Amino acid sequence: MNLSKYIKVYTKFLHTSLASELEYKTNILIDLLTAILSLIGSIFLLSIFFQNNSSIGGWEFEQALIIQGIYTILNGITNTWFNPNLSEIVKHIREGTLDFVLLKPIDSQFFISLKKINPSGILEIILGFFLLFYCMKINQIILSFNLLSLSLITIFCSVCILYSLWFFISTTTIWFVKTWNATEVLRSFLYIGRFPLNSFSFSLQIFFSVFIPIAFITTFPSEVFLGISESWKILLEFFVAIVFLFTSRKFWLFALKFYTSASS
Amino acid sequence: MISQVINNKVFTLLKVQYSNMLEYRVEIALWAISGIIPFFMLNIWTNNNLSESISISNIMLSRYFLCAFFVRQFSVVWVVFSFEEDSLMGKISPYLIQPLNPFFRYLAQHIAEQITRFPFAIIIALFFFIFNPDSIWIPKMSTLLLSIVSTFLSFLIQFLIQSIIACFCFWTEKASSIERLLFIPTLFLSGLLAPVVTFPEYVKAWIYFTPFPYLIDFPANLLSGNETNVSRGFIMQILWIALLWPIFKKIWSEGTKKYTAMGS
Repeated sequence: MNLSKYIKVYTKFLHTSLASELEYKTNILIDLLTAILSLIGSIFLLSIFFQNNSSIGGWEFEQALIIQGIYTILNGITNTWFNPNLSEIVKHIREGTLDFVLLKPIDSQFFISLKKINPSGILEIILGFFLLFYCMKINQIILSFNLLSLSLITIFCSVCILYSLWFFISTTTIWFVKTWNATEVLRSFLYIGRFPLNSFSFSLQIFFSVFIPIAFITTFPSEVFLGISESWKILLEFFVAIVFLFTSRKFWLFALKFYTSASS
Repeated sequence: MISQVINNKVFTLLKVQYSNMLEYRVEIALWAISGIIPFFMLNIWTNNNLSESISISNIMLSRYFLCAFFVRQFSVVWVVFSFEEDSLMGKISPYLIQPLNPFFRYLAQHIAEQITRFPFAIIIALFFFIFNPDSIWIPKMSTLLLSIVSTFLSFLIQFLIQSIIACFCFWTEKASSIERLLFIPTLFLSGLLAPVVTFPEYVKAWIYFTPFPYLIDFPANLLSGNETNVSRGFIMQILWIALLWPIFKKIWSEGTKKYTAMGS
């Protein structure tokens, strides 16, 4: 595998999809407005929770804001890369154009996971980082090299888990053809990532860490950022991310054996 | 004679769309599952004793959220996404020739989908009662009827709003981003995630003039037996429909003049 080829191909992807997305400039603006409003909305919801109780699941309001920040970053990443590509995969399989992807002398998973990009999500990522900076100020977090690198590693692991979940569902398209609604289910479960895991009852906590690892996606990185995480949690997150990436890769290769090239 | 024609039209449209929807049972089931966010919210409320400071008991709160789930299930609208796809593909052209506004076709689609969805919603409610046996109650026949009417009115309001947005497709081609923007206030202000009574005073001062609390909060309160202003609720729902209907008619007649029959 030569890296330089892949980097070169990726810059071409960026170029073409940016060019086509920038045709709809007002759309990008509206999407940015949507991201800002949804952040305001969820902070509003949090403030309703906290007006009745000063701590929820052991999290103060200022600390819970960190989770919002990390959620916003991850949601931005989902909107930038995972979402637009996923709908492409569904289209590829339904119309049988996956043939052309498989014929290309390049890894098919790389191609279909990164072909498209939606620039409005990048603004959301920036918004999330701004919120994190603000949280650093109000929580008096002193950013050391250790903390920064650990936070970035755990956020990166979250991105890997998130990607695997999305890719896993898109892969099932090969059998079920229409998976649009399955992604809706995933999306609504991911919504829970806006709240600290401890605020749920014990059974739901188990559900959200074992079956759908939402706990790993936002709560763990937030704890690392706050400096209250234990090292086993970081190791566990790292391990889960690797398992997820590996499984989604294997699952894709397995599913391809069943691809029957519709309508061709 | 005229009424017979209309009857026939309505019946045929519904029958066609219902058999169409029955094909996608799995998807509709998944879609029903994706609406269970209110239950997670309920879990946060009860698990952190947030209801102590508001005058709603945990049982009433759980009934509220169950009803919110039901109202949401039967007032989901996605017309803008169908319309956008159809108009981008030029599928609207044959519909426009027919002596029937295409939006009636979409309306029939939605109603047929709700009928298909009904059993799944009941199954989810049964599971809810298994986990929360305390919250079982049987609403009075009259309240049940009233809340069905108000749920349908809420569906109509959302359908009209989305149809108006869908008509923007005639000008901008991509109208779904506007819908996503408008979905944010709907999500946070309609009472799906928290009952409107728990909102802070500065929001409650103006929110009852907007259509949002009448989309989910009002029908859900009605059905669950929580306190609500029945006459104001219905008057506001009807007022909003009366306001939106002429706007839709105007924008539709303007838009069809702009129609360029893309893709054909």
